[in-house]
Parts: sequence; structure tokens; C-alpha cells
Amino acid sequence: MIGGRWRWCLLGAMAFAVIVAAQAGEIPAKDRRSDYELMSPELRQMQDDDTVNPGMLWVLDGEALWQRKEGSTAKSCADCHDGAAASMKGVAARYPAIDAKLGQPIDLEGRINRCRTLHQGAPPLAFESQDLLALTAYVARQSKGLPIDISGDESAARFIDAGRSIFERRQGQLNLSCAQCHDDNWGKKLAGATVPQGHPNGYPVYRLEWQSLGSLQRRLRNCLFGMRAEPFNYGAPEMNELELFLAWRARGLAIEAPAVRP
Amino acid sequence: MVRALINVPTRAKRGDIIEIKTLISHPMESGYRVGTNGTKIPRDIIHRFVCTYNGDEIFRAELSPAIAANPFISFFTVATESGSFGFEWTGDNGFAASERADITIE
Repeated sequence: MIGGRWRWCLLGAMAFAVIVAAQAGEIPAKDRRSDYELMSPELRQMQDDDTVNPGMLWVLDGEALWQRKEGSTAKSCADCHDGAAASMKGVAARYPAIDAKLGQPIDLEGRINRCRTLHQGAPPLAFESQDLLALTAYVARQSKGLPIDISGDESAARFIDAGRSIFERRQGQLNLSCAQCHDDNWGKKLAGATVPQGHPNGYPVYRLEWQSLGSLQRRLRNCLFGMRAEPFNYGAPEMNELELFLAWRARGLAIEAPAVRP
Repeated sequence: MVRALINVPTRAKRGDIIEIKTLISHPMESGYRVGTNGTKIPRDIIHRFVCTYNGDEIFRAELSPAIAANPFISFFTVATESGSFGFEWTGDNGFAASERADITIE
């Protein structure tokens, strides 16, 4: 017969064990899967067929923009990079990357805008503008099927850790962290929707809810809003850190851009 | 910039049933939404789509405000002769777009 105090200790220890078990932590590589796999067959088909995937409208647009001369130097992307099919292959799989001059992580949109201001002498494109989404989609598309390749080397490690701490930090009026849904409870239902692992391998994505193409930053702001937290501004350092962490967390998954999501 | 994606087989046998797929960029603004300042966003939709095969109309659709942005329309027809398909979309505010696709019958 176990005494009263011991019984409570044992119950406490069991409860603690249950809590620890519920906090599954990082998703092991073998369980890592694209949000694509949670979608209905109809939606998958929509993403896979280039003549049905509405994201391809932006890719077409980006193809035209790639050739357009811009800014004070009157140079087009193609003047320096030639054909994107060769020069941009695999680039999206390595982004966000650490910009040597800025000493900070920078995503694909940020890189395109840096290129515009530094090399084309053109003003940066507004976040979520048609042109920026089109160019990003066109560049990302060239890496379709390639695995995300974020090395997490010394220069990036600090920012990946910063991103991880944002991911694991409880925030907002609902006091939720990203990890509570996307690490610990993926695959379960949140109302009618399945909670995805939250990988950034399809961005920019055509989201049916938006009826438009949108960036990862827009999606993250959406999620933060849903948590009733204050969303980070577009282009904020926290955004880039979180994006870098997410890409590192999804390393090995194939790029699907432009993906379709519900 | 209006962009459209058309998928028509370039070759077919006479009598084949072929699928035609069309996708066009358009906001399809319903006219029932309000903007951030509380004013109604005016309706801006494509209201008519027509497909012709060597000049003859083979398919027509009337679109309504309930149809989502970037409408995708797909339909079937019988390949009868070599020639071209014409696609025309017309909508509010003078919206007009057209595309062409050629087919060869073997």
C-alpha cells in the first residue's frame, strides 16, 4: 500500500510524463512531409497540372518581367543572369540565405529587391505586389522538384536559433506557439482543416482562400493574426529569421513552387 | 496585364473527343464586398466566354459574381478538321481578351 503523499507524487510524475510525451518536439526527418500530402486529390491535381494551376499565371508574368529593362542602368534580370532555367535552378532551395553585406538572412523577395536597388538602380517592389510575386514565382519555379538545401553553417546558425525561439515562443492572446500546432499536433484536426506541418516548400503559393498568389510572409502574418498576436511587419528581421528556420526545418523536402493550398 | 493559359492538344485523330482547358487571370470582384473604408467595391467580373472552332461557336458560358477569381473553364469537343480555336472573354469595364490555339487533324 502506497502512502497518500507518495501516491500524489506518483500521479504528478505520471502527469509530467504525459505532458512531455505530448510535446513531441522537432519532427524527425522520416516523418517530415509536405503539406501537399494532406490535400484532397482534386487540389493535388490542380497543383500538378501546369495548365490548371493558377500560380502559373504569375510564372508567365515573371517570365516577361525577367526580360524587362528596369531602373537607371536600363538592365533586365536576363542581362546579368541570362536564362533563368539554368542560372536560377536550385536558387530557391537555398533561400533564405545570409547576405554577406547585410550580415542578415534575406529571402527570395528580399534578394530580388536588393538586386533591383543595387544592380538595376530601380526602386524596390512593394511586398505582395503583382510584379514581386511574379518574379519570385518565376525564380522559385526553376527549382521545382529540388530538395531544400539549407546548410545551417556557422553564419546561419545564430539566425536559425533566433527563428526557432520565435517558433517555440508562446505569443498572442491565445498564448500559442507555432510549435504547439505544427510540431506537436500536425495531422490532427483544427475544426474542419487538418493541421499541416507548416513547411515553406511551395511558396509563393496560390491559396484558394486568397484567390491569389501570396508570399510566405503573408501566410505567417495570417497565422500570427489567427493566434491574436501582433504580426511582424513585412521585411522585419524576425520574419526573415522565422523563414530561415522554417526552411532549415523543412530541409530535404522538394520545392513545389508555385504550390496550391486550400 | 491579362494572362491566359490554354491547353488544346496540337494533334488529334478525326473524330477524337478532345478536352480543352482555359485559365485566365481576373479578380472576379463580386460587387458585394466592402473595402477598408466602408465603401462598396464595384462589381468587376468576366460575364461571357465564347469558344469558336474555325469560326463556328462550339461553347459559350455566362459567368456570374459567385465565380472565383482566375476562372478555369474546361470542356470537350469532337476534333473534326484542322484549324484553330478562338477564345474570347468579355467582362465589366470594357474587359476583353482573346487567345488562339491551333490543331492538326491526322
